[in-house]
Amino acid sequence: MAFYIVQFLTGLASAASLFLVASGLSIIFGVTRIVNFAHGAFYMLGAYVAFTLTERFSGAFGFWGGILVAALAVAAIGVLVEMVLLRRIYHSPELFQLLATFGLTLMVEDLVVLIWGPDDLVGRRAPGFKGAIDFFGQNIPSYDLFLIVLGPVVLGVLWLLFQRTRWGVLVRAATQDRDMVAALGVNQKWLFTSVFALGVFLAALGGALQIPRDAVNHAMDLRVIVEVFVVVVIGGLGSIIGAFVAAVLVSELNAFGILIFPKISIILVFLVMAVVLIVRPWGLFGKPEAPARRTPGLTVNPWRPLTVNERLAAIAVLVVAAALPFVAGNYLLTVGSEIAIFVIFAVSLHFLMSVGGLASFGHAAYFGLGAYGVALLAKMVGLPMIACLLLGPLLGLMGAAVFGFFAVQLSGVYFAMLTLAFAQIVWSIAFQWVSVTGGDNGILGVWPEKWAASPSHFYWLSLGIAALAVVILRIIVFSPFGFALRATRDSPLRSEAIGINGKRIQWTAFVIAGTVAGLAGALFAYLKGSVFPDNMGISLSVDALVMVLLGGVETVSGAVVGAIVYKALNIWLVSQTDLSKLVLGGFVVLIVVAFPKGIVGTLEAYMHRRRKSSSSAPSPLLTSRIESAE
Amino acid sequence: MRGYFVGAGLAIAVAAMATGAMTTQAVAQSEIKIGEINSYSLLPAFTEPYRKGWQLAVEEINAAGGINGKKLVVISKDDGGKPADAQTAANELVSSENVAMLTGTFLSNIGLAVSDFANQKKVFFLAAEPLTDAITWSKGNRYTFRLRPSNYMQAAMLVEEAAKLPAKRWATIAPNYEYGQSAVAVFKKLMSAKRPDIQWVDEQWPPQGKIDAGPVVQAVAAANPEAILNVTFGADLVKLVREGNTRGVFKGRTVVSFLTGEPEYLDPLKDETPEGWIVTGYPWYSIKTAEHDAFLKAYQAKYNDYPRLGSIVGYQTIKAAAAILAKAGSSDPEKLIAAAEGISMPSPFGEITFRKIDHQSTLGAFTGKTALKDGKGIMVDTAYRKGSDYLPSDAEIEKLRPKD
Repeated sequence: MAFYIVQFLTGLASAASLFLVASGLSIIFGVTRIVNFAHGAFYMLGAYVAFTLTERFSGAFGFWGGILVAALAVAAIGVLVEMVLLRRIYHSPELFQLLATFGLTLMVEDLVVLIWGPDDLVGRRAPGFKGAIDFFGQNIPSYDLFLIVLGPVVLGVLWLLFQRTRWGVLVRAATQDRDMVAALGVNQKWLFTSVFALGVFLAALGGALQIPRDAVNHAMDLRVIVEVFVVVVIGGLGSIIGAFVAAVLVSELNAFGILIFPKISIILVFLVMAVVLIVRPWGLFGKPEAPARRTPGLTVNPWRPLTVNERLAAIAVLVVAAALPFVAGNYLLTVGSEIAIFVIFAVSLHFLMSVGGLASFGHAAYFGLGAYGVALLAKMVGLPMIACLLLGPLLGLMGAAVFGFFAVQLSGVYFAMLTLAFAQIVWSIAFQWVSVTGGDNGILGVWPEKWAASPSHFYWLSLGIAALAVVILRIIVFSPFGFALRATRDSPLRSEAIGINGKRIQWTAFVIAGTVAGLAGALFAYLKGSVFPDNMGISLSVDALVMVLLGGVETVSGAVVGAIVYKALNIWLVSQTDLSKLVLGGFVVLIVVAFPKGIVGTLEAYMHRRRKSSSSAPSPLLTSRIESAE
Repeated sequence: MRGYFVGAGLAIAVAAMATGAMTTQAVAQSEIKIGEINSYSLLPAFTEPYRKGWQLAVEEINAAGGINGKKLVVISKDDGGKPADAQTAANELVSSENVAMLTGTFLSNIGLAVSDFANQKKVFFLAAEPLTDAITWSKGNRYTFRLRPSNYMQAAMLVEEAAKLPAKRWATIAPNYEYGQSAVAVFKKLMSAKRPDIQWVDEQWPPQGKIDAGPVVQAVAAANPEAILNVTFGADLVKLVREGNTRGVFKGRTVVSFLTGEPEYLDPLKDETPEGWIVTGYPWYSIKTAEHDAFLKAYQAKYNDYPRLGSIVGYQTIKAAAAILAKAGSSDPEKLIAAAEGISMPSPFGEITFRKIDHQSTLGAFTGKTALKDGKGIMVDTAYRKGSDYLPSDAEIEKLRPKD
C-alpha cells in the first residue's frame, strides 16, 4: 500500500512541473490565440540561465534567488520577443504566429549550444531539499514534496490574480471575447504583452525548477513542448484549472500505467488526448469557442482560376523545370526530386488548410502511411514499382478516412491537436511493431526499378506527379465541391442552411489531402530507398505546416513556393553550415516580418494593390480596413 | 503563377549548388576525399569530441605525407539526426564531391540507412559509432564495415562480470527503441545461458530522452530485484541516477550499465556518480600503454582538453579509412573492400583487425566499476577486453548474415 501512495505522490510531483509550463501556455493561447511553439524554448532558457546563476551564487539565497531571477530574466526576453516580433503579426492569418515562434525555437536550440557548450549540465540540488523522507520504508524525495506543494500554490496565486484583480478580469474577458474587449477601449497591446510575459515567466520557472532533478541540455525544449500542448488541450484551452487537472491526470496515468505496460509512456498522453477530445471536443474544462466574427470577404482578393496567359507561363516554367536534367548533375536532380515530393506533400496540407480551413498538426501520418504502404507492398508482397506507387497511397487514404471521420467533428486548434494525437498513435505503431515495420531501424532496400532508377528519370517522375497533383487540387478548388468546401469554411451555419452537408464535405477533403500526402510518401520511400518512423514524426508535420504558412495560407497554391523555398534552403544550409538551425530560424523570422501573409500571399496583395491603384478602383483604404477588422 | 515560382525556386537552387560544385571542380588530383556524416546538431555532446578526434587524425596523416603521397581531405556533413537527411548528405558527398568512401554516423537507424545507400550505390562505407548488431549481421552488406564494438560485444563483456554476481532477481531499465531493446535482449539471452537460475522480475521502457525517472525507479524498486541492468544514457541517465540516489533504490543492489563509464555520460554526473556500478567505458586517465599515451599527448596538446570515447572513435575511424585507402592504392570500391577485409592496424587501444567474415572490427572496450574521486566519477578496476574474444562463432555469424 505504501508503495502505491508513494507512486501517487511521485506522479503528483511530475504533474506539478508539467502544470507550471502548461499554465503559461494556456494563458498565452487563451488571450492572444498564439500557438506559442517557442514555449519549450523559454522553458529551456529558464533552465540554462538558472544553472549559470545557481552555480555562480552559493547558499540557499543564491539558489532560490537564482531561480527566481532566471525566470524574470527570461520573461524579459519574452517581452522583447512579443514587442519586437509578435506585435507585427497579430493580424496575419491564423497560425502564422506559429511560424515566428517556430523560427525562434530553431534559433534558441543552436544558441544555447553556442553559449553553454554541448555537454549535459547537471545543476546543484536545492538547499534544504536534498534528501528523502521515509514513508513506511519507501523514500520520497523532499524536493518532490516541495513541488507537490508548489503546484497548487501557483494555481491558487493564478486564480486570485484572475479573479481578484482588474488585470485578471481583463484577461478573462479577452479570453472569452477579444473583439469585445478591444471595442470597449482596453489597450490590447499592453494586455497582450503582460500576458505573454506572465506565460513566459511560468515556463522559465518550470524550467529553472528542473535543475535539481534533470540535466540541462539543448533538447529540453522539444521534450516538453508537445507534452505541454497536449496537457493544455486535454484541460481545455485557456482554463488554468483544466491544465492542472490534465497535468495530474496524465502524470498519474503514466506513473501507474508503467506498472502494467512498461512501454506505455511513449504514447500515453496522446491516447488520453484522443479519447478526451472524441468524448469532450473542447477538453475537460474548456468551453465551445464562440463563432469567430469573420468579416465576409476575408480574402480581399477573391480566388480565381489562372488566366490563359498565366497558364501558358506556368506550362513554360514547368518545361524549364523539366529541362533541369540536361544541365544539372545527379545530386542536384535528387534534391530536385525531393523538393518536388515535398511540393506534393505541402500542397496536400495546403488544400486542407486553405480551402478546408482545417489546420492539421499531424499531416505527416498520411505521408508516412503512404511510405510504409509502399515499403510493405514491395518487401512483403513483392509487387512491382508501378503497382506499389498506385496502391501504397491507399494506406494513407484508409488512415485519413478513419481518423478524418473523428477529426472533422472538431474545429480550430482542437482539430489540430486531434490530428496530432492520431499521427503520434500511428507513429508509435510503426515504432513499436518491430516484427512488421522493423521499429526505428525501419524497412530498408525499397529502391526504384531500373526504368526509374536514374536520378533524371526519377526527377521527371516526381516532377510530373507534382505538377499533376497541383493541377488536380486546383481543379478541385474551383469545382462545385471546392465551392461547397469553402462555404463550409467561411460560414458553417449559412452553408448548412443551403443544404451543404459540411461534415461530409470536410471528411472528403480530409481523405483527398491524406491520399495526396500518401502519394508523396510513396515517392519518398523510393527516393530514399528506405522507410523509418521518422517519416510520420512530429517534425515532418511541422515542416509541412511551415511550408504552407511560408507560402501563404490564404492563397490557392502558395504552398508550392513555400515548399520549394523551405526545402531548398534547408538542404542547402544543412550542407553548408554547422549552425543551420540558427540561420534557418533567423531566416524564417525575417520572412515572417517581411511577408506577414506568407511569400505568395504578400506578393499577391502587393500586385493587387498596384493593379487597383493604376485603374483607380475603390480606395485601398477600404480593403485594409476589412483586413484589420478581422 | 505557380509554375513560375517552381521554376524560379529551382533556378535559385541550381545556382546555389552550381557555385558549390564549381569550387570543388577546381581541386587538383592530388587529393583523396573522404565523406563523413554525423549527427552534429542533434548530439553535440558526443559528436564534438568525435569531430576533434578525426580532425587530429587528418592532421597526423597529412603531416606524415598523406595517403600514398596524396593529401587527405575529409568533407563533413550534418544529418540532423534524421535518416532521410543522412541519405541526402551521402548522396551529395558521393555524387557531387566524388568522395572515395563514406564514414561516420552515430545513431543505429542512420547507420543502417547509409549502409543501405552504400549497398545500392556501390560505395564503400565505414560506420563509426552505430551499435546495432543488424549493421554487420542481419542487415549486413559487403560495402559496409563497422568500427565500434557492437551491442552484442558490449553485452557479452558485461555478462562475463555480471554472471559472477550472486544476484538471482534481475530488473532492466532501457530506452524504448532499437538500441535499448536489442541490448536488453542480448544481455538476457547470454546471461540466462550462463546462469539458468536467474529470474527477470521487472522491465521498464521509458521513451528515449523523456524518462519520467521518479515513477520508473520506484516501479523497479517495487519488484525488489537484487540487481539492475541499465541501458539509458545521456540526460535520461542523469535523471535516473538522481532519482535513484535520492530514493535509495541502488542501495544494496548491483547495477550493470551499458556505456556509463564513457566520459561523455559519466562526467556530467559529477559528485552524484553512483559507486560500484559495473560498466563499459573509456578510462582515459588510467590506460598506460604506449599507443594510448601517444594519442593522449597529441590530443591534449592540440585541444587542451581530455579525450572522450567519441574522440577515440573519430580518430580511429579516419585512421582506419586511411589505412584501407593506402592498402587499396585506389578508390575503386571493390579494391577497397578487398583491402579492408582482414586488414590489421594499430589503434590507441592496441592492434585491431577488420574481420572478413562480418566486416566488424575487433576494437574492444574497457570494463570496470564506477567510483567517486575528488567529486568526480571515474572507472576503477578497469580491464581492456578485446573485441575478438566476445564475438559468436563463425558458424553462428554465417547463419545471421545474408549472403552477398
